[in-house]
Amino acid sequence: MFKKEKNTVRGNSFEYTGLRDVTILRLFVLPTIILLLVINIFPLFWSLYLSFTRYSVYKRGTPIWIGVGNYVKLLTDSNYWAQFSTTAYYVIIVVAVELILGFLLAFLLHQKFKARSFYITMLAVPMMMSPALVGITWKYIFNPSWGIVNWLFRLGQLDWISNPKINLYSTMIVDIWMWTPFVMLLSVAGLSAVPEYLYEAAEIDRASGWFKFWNITLPISAPLLIIALIFRTMEAFKTFDIPMSLTGVGAISPKLVALRLYDLAFYRWDTGLSCAMAYIILFIVLAVTNLYIRYLNKLRK
Amino acid sequence: MTNFNKKRKCVPVMLQIVIIIVIIIYMLPVVYMGITSFKPWRVVFKVPPTFNFKPTIASFVRLFYQTSDYQSGKEPTAEEIERMDWKNRLMWEQTNQQIGGISEGPARFLNSFIISIASTALSVLLGTLTAYALSRFRMKGKNDLMFFILSTRMLPAVVVTIPLFLMFRFLKLTDTHIGLILLYVAFNVSFAIWVMKGFFDDIPIEYEEAALVDGYTRMQTFRKIALPQAATGIAATTVFCYIFSWNEYAFALIMTSRVATTATVYIQGIKGSLGIDWGAIIAGSFLFFIPVAIFTFLMRKYLLAGITFGAVRK
Repeated sequence: MFKKEKNTVRGNSFEYTGLRDVTILRLFVLPTIILLLVINIFPLFWSLYLSFTRYSVYKRGTPIWIGVGNYVKLLTDSNYWAQFSTTAYYVIIVVAVELILGFLLAFLLHQKFKARSFYITMLAVPMMMSPALVGITWKYIFNPSWGIVNWLFRLGQLDWISNPKINLYSTMIVDIWMWTPFVMLLSVAGLSAVPEYLYEAAEIDRASGWFKFWNITLPISAPLLIIALIFRTMEAFKTFDIPMSLTGVGAISPKLVALRLYDLAFYRWDTGLSCAMAYIILFIVLAVTNLYIRYLNKLRK
Repeated sequence: MTNFNKKRKCVPVMLQIVIIIVIIIYMLPVVYMGITSFKPWRVVFKVPPTFNFKPTIASFVRLFYQTSDYQSGKEPTAEEIERMDWKNRLMWEQTNQQIGGISEGPARFLNSFIISIASTALSVLLGTLTAYALSRFRMKGKNDLMFFILSTRMLPAVVVTIPLFLMFRFLKLTDTHIGLILLYVAFNVSFAIWVMKGFFDDIPIEYEEAALVDGYTRMQTFRKIALPQAATGIAATTVFCYIFSWNEYAFALIMTSRVATTATVYIQGIKGSLGIDWGAIIAGSFLFFIPVAIFTFLMRKYLLAGITFGAVRK
């Protein structure tokens, strides 16, 4: 009855000794799963519960169940709508500019010349820096009274840091500076995936440059561009480090959801409400992630 | 579009010049950061910004040492200045101050270092094991598991920190090295799994099968056949995990207050007796950034794999 399952390779008939595959699988996978469950998933359920309560970590009382009150408050308050719409505006501008600039850069660099890979790596450097320290460095560069930007462009005392109308755009500039290389790297890979013979064939047919661009270059490099698009959308939506170090949180900071969430949770200590806001953000990010993973799976096949 | 028409053998000199100019403009902020970190104190806030100064490492010294004013009437005489060690003399020349002991700086850099190393080691270990298992063994719902693993990484840091903060406070893990290490491992392990699975998938399975036929056990094949072949992949993953932990800011900001604070949080708010010490802030950022730049160049072949979670490997 109990035939012991044997170790076989790809269903072939021979056996090998040692631990069974299933044992190894469990041994290798379980620690990671447990870690992820404890550090990521368990807290998420906890905060789901808290999002239905009135509770402040700071006061250390017990959470009071108020049902969907927090969500109603968030979805009906125009201030929070402004947060979300400003963030959407931020994401659209930043991602669009990064895609265009990154692709143009890639186009420039998609040539055969000496030290090409050196240049590409050099351009990739900003992306690898600590976003928080990039933010603080730009705060120095953008300083209204002695920053180099205002002097260089003769802008007088333009307040890049604490004027809420302007600091959204200074955050955008930093984000674009930092992440354009990301799009550039993916675009370079996309462009070099286009086989040379397609251009040669188009050449024989006397196709125009635009025709080749729209019908050969773009379609073939599109998958990588879409990866860049989705990745950047996700990251830009939850951007925190850069605006946090550039402007800090408070009344004057740009209306970005991650900043607002930090403000709610760790300055005002309104834990219940902040958990509800976190869940709304989570749903948006998960929707985009889902999109990305489906796309990845399709790509792998 | 003209370059499509030619075989791309040599690029016109003009185009090369354009590329180089673009790169120079692009790198200006980094260059400016480097220049600023060697500025003397009086030049840091100078309007208009000047580049005509004698470079000094005073900002780096202030990063690691506290400075204080001399009491009035006790300013050093010319003879005393002559007898000072180089650090004190530098401080006197720069800001008429003296060294007053070691600052928080070294401890913060050490924290960054310890936490990054430990979390990297753990996440690469766990990631490699899990990735190997997921790459080589049949399993129900593997794609769902991979999605689950990736989705934990995609959660915005600020969102998960609220419940994590509660949990850590309950477990007395706030402001401890172990707490931060655990967090970083949990966030890097998903990255490590995805990238490593990509690398394992690229290794032909035949070697391992041959070894199994020759009487190796699964564990032996893993150790002696698969691991050596994945060595470069493991190295690349390690460097990436290290950079992520080293650069991390949001968790460190929220979860630490005194003991386990890392350099990213510390550098942001360096204040000396002179107020916000922009010299030390920029010098600190620059110092912090140097290892990252070196690693970036070492890892240049794997940048694409790294930034796309192993989706693109070339």
